Amino acid sequence: MASVVNARNLRKRYKNTNAMDGVSFELPVGRIVGLIGPNGAGKTTALKAVLGLIQFEGELSVLGLDPRTQRDALMEQVCFIADVAVLPRWIRVSQAIDFVEGVHPRFDRAKCEAALAHTKIKRNSRVKELSKGMIVQLHLALVMAIDAKLLVLDEPTLGLDIVYRKQFYQNLLEQYFDDEKTILITTHQVEEIEHILTDLLFIRDGKISLSTSMDDMAERFVEVMVSAEHAEAARALKPIDERQVFGKAVMLFDGIPRAQLAGFGETRTPGIADLFVASMKGTYA
Amino acid sequence: MKTFPTLLKREFWEHKGGFFWAPIVASSAFLILSMMAVITAEVIGKKSGVQINGIHINALTDKLGPDAMSKLGMGLDVSFFMAATWAYVTLAFVVFFYCLGCLFDERKDRSVLFWKSLPVSDRDTVLAKVASAIVVAPLIATVVGVIAGFGFFVLISAVVFFHGGNPLALIWGPANPLTVVFNLFAALPVYVVWALPTVGWLMLCSAWAKSKPFLWALMIPVLSGILVSWFDVMQLFSLKTGWFWSHVVARLLGSALPGADILFRGDMEMFERMNGPEDMASLFGAGHAWAGLASVEVWLWAAAGAAMIVAAIRLRRWRDDA
Repeated sequence: MASVVNARNLRKRYKNTNAMDGVSFELPVGRIVGLIGPNGAGKTTALKAVLGLIQFEGELSVLGLDPRTQRDALMEQVCFIADVAVLPRWIRVSQAIDFVEGVHPRFDRAKCEAALAHTKIKRNSRVKELSKGMIVQLHLALVMAIDAKLLVLDEPTLGLDIVYRKQFYQNLLEQYFDDEKTILITTHQVEEIEHILTDLLFIRDGKISLSTSMDDMAERFVEVMVSAEHAEAARALKPIDERQVFGKAVMLFDGIPRAQLAGFGETRTPGIADLFVASMKGTYA
Repeated sequence: MKTFPTLLKREFWEHKGGFFWAPIVASSAFLILSMMAVITAEVIGKKSGVQINGIHINALTDKLGPDAMSKLGMGLDVSFFMAATWAYVTLAFVVFFYCLGCLFDERKDRSVLFWKSLPVSDRDTVLAKVASAIVVAPLIATVVGVIAGFGFFVLISAVVFFHGGNPLALIWGPANPLTVVFNLFAALPVYVVWALPTVGWLMLCSAWAKSKPFLWALMIPVLSGILVSWFDVMQLFSLKTGWFWSHVVARLLGSALPGADILFRGDMEMFERMNGPEDMASLFGAGHAWAGLASVEVWLWAAAGAAMIVAAIRLRRWRDDA
């Protein structure tokens, strides 16, 4: 199977907004994909569609199944962490483990216990007694013990401090991810996941505005620190963004060969955050 | 993989307070109150030195004829039954608020997203909640009620004993606690059928309401009742306005009260005809409960309840506000 998710022209209208206005994308197996977009761009709606939580128009196949009609079978292969706050507050840690073990055929209790052994979480604590960081540790321990093909993370680290955030992605990468699995992440803390992503999806106004692998992105986009005397020549090549740093112009180019730009000044691969800001210009205006 | 038992366990974990502790607390309160009443009676009795009818308690068994003994037995059975009702009254409240909250609270605290991240269908989830409300909780309440009944018998046995009587001859002999226990358990399947409309209605409101499910669940039937009364709609079907209140409003809101079927089915004259414990005992008998299932109306309402549960399942499947 080549692609885990295959979305064609997804549409979803809420009362007065088009949350998805023709979203199309494909997720290949064994990738870590960042779905990135400003607030209200349709990220969560797209994820909800993939997870079969909402009705929508268009064609969507996830692991060969239609999430609208075959959700129950699909959820054996798909896991998701919606955000930090969704574990029921009354449940005890041991009960949460028992529950997942009882309903999930692909749950490995030993794996979950091993992950929890590295934390300070007590088995008989209730979720409401845990800190936000511990809750997400617990949720991750539960989810990582499930041998799923697709893991969807919607702002999984929102409101966590930096230590937990780093640890979260590190665990994900070291103990969970392999080339059979696919991870789809949305987050606003782009810089933190930059180094783990293999693919990038930008979403804007309900449409996918950029879909690229990180390697292709490095080929396609170049950031140049242009010295003053080359500024005019550089601007003629129509940079998609320009900002001033220490009196020098930093320009971002799309599709201009690096060799051609090297003459204007120092070149480098732009960060996702810079690329994101450049490509979302006008969204908030 | 034992999805359904796990779902039932999950409901019990969350609602242990209501399903398990509440009937225990209510029944304990009853036993403690009874004990205090006994002690008070003893103290007053000692002070004024009253002897009951001038007969020594031990002589009672000899003085009572077989007819009176059987009456005493039935009276004792009714008292056993009354001891058990405390757990049932608690159950009525627990089931009512459980159904009203079970599909709303998970949306409110967004934990529905966690439950939905696991391979459990909405159908199984909702059916496990229905089963918790009309099978698990009533079973627990019945067990607790039966224990309370025996507790009460032990208490009055102690009273008899301290007055020099023989509890075996005076209490355990004439009474038929095991028959009452049998009747209580045998009536449970009737409760399942009978409670469906209220359980279905409350769960539908729970799955549907954006906020304040309690208000919606109450206001819709009550306001429609008021409108029906106001415009005398029932006249069109040549029925009295009261019919709508007792057959629709009360059925939607009150069917989860155990034994409510007696009130619903019973013509009030039935209660006036009663003049002894034997009538009471037969009223609470399993035979009487099962006879209630002979009415078509019961099954129509049960079907309506099931339809509302199906609607609640669909709502949970597609509801998008978490």
